[in-house]
Amino acid sequence: MMMSLDHYLVVAALLFTIGGVGVFLNRRNVIVILMSIELMLLAVNLNFVAFSQSLGDLVGQVFTLFILTVAAAESAIGLAILVVYFRNRGDIYVDDITVMKG
Amino acid sequence: MINASAVLFYIFSGVLLSAAMMVVTVRNTVYGVLFLILAFFNAAGLFILVHAEFLALMLVVVYVGAVAVLFLFVVMMLNVELSHFRETVKSYSLIGSFVGGILAVELILVMVTWNTSTEAFNLTSAPSAFYGNVSNTKALGYLLYTHYALIFQGAGLILLIAMMGAIVLTLRHREGVKKQNVASQLARRAKESVELVDIPSGSGI
Repeated sequence: MMMSLDHYLVVAALLFTIGGVGVFLNRRNVIVILMSIELMLLAVNLNFVAFSQSLGDLVGQVFTLFILTVAAAESAIGLAILVVYFRNRGDIYVDDITVMKG
Repeated sequence: MINASAVLFYIFSGVLLSAAMMVVTVRNTVYGVLFLILAFFNAAGLFILVHAEFLALMLVVVYVGAVAVLFLFVVMMLNVELSHFRETVKSYSLIGSFVGGILAVELILVMVTWNTSTEAFNLTSAPSAFYGNVSNTKALGYLLYTHYALIFQGAGLILLIAMMGAIVLTLRHREGVKKQNVASQLARRAKESVELVDIPSGSGI
């Protein structure tokens, strides 16, 4: 017996919420914020795959593949920006990133 | 009705959610990355349970093999101090749990009351029953290299641009570092480099 669609949707909803709360909880550490965003993207992927299985449509899995690509690119660029910021400032406190306010 | 796939589902999703919880709450960021890897492995298990084997393997290869290792490198490179962590948790935990609670309730309400339209099954553009007799990887390959070939190239372009962006951002030329300059080595001529000196005997240069 396959688990029903609802089970997967609830797990993905909880995972997405954990990722969203993680952004709030870790205002000091950008790395944890990036990891929270990865968790949220994982939840979205879980939804896509669950719907792909439930509807019997492979396009959901193709779309998940592209989301994986974009997520990998996003985290690579994010971490590169983080490294440059750390070189300039010596810390990565989110609350202090107000330089571009002018 | 409890059977093997239901038990596996509850194990995978339980470990996935608790690992995700640990990612956002654990104090040491290195442990956070390790819990992220655990979460990805369990999500791959969930993917296998819905017969998305190729994506499960991609998740392990791309996320665990590349992204999580990248995170680990950056965490170890940056040497971040954690002394201010606790007080920010206290000051943001109230609004965080408030927003998170609302978000979770809303999402679960939407998704549990979800009804799939009966027409949705006629609207599938790539029905997996059509690829019924081949493996998941092969079916995805048939789809990806025909209908979605252009978008596939676009995905490759995105990765190329991300790679170039990361290199341009992090590359720096430090002063006072001795490096090999192949162009100037090849541009040397014997006339500029070697000098013949006649030294009279008995005296130095």
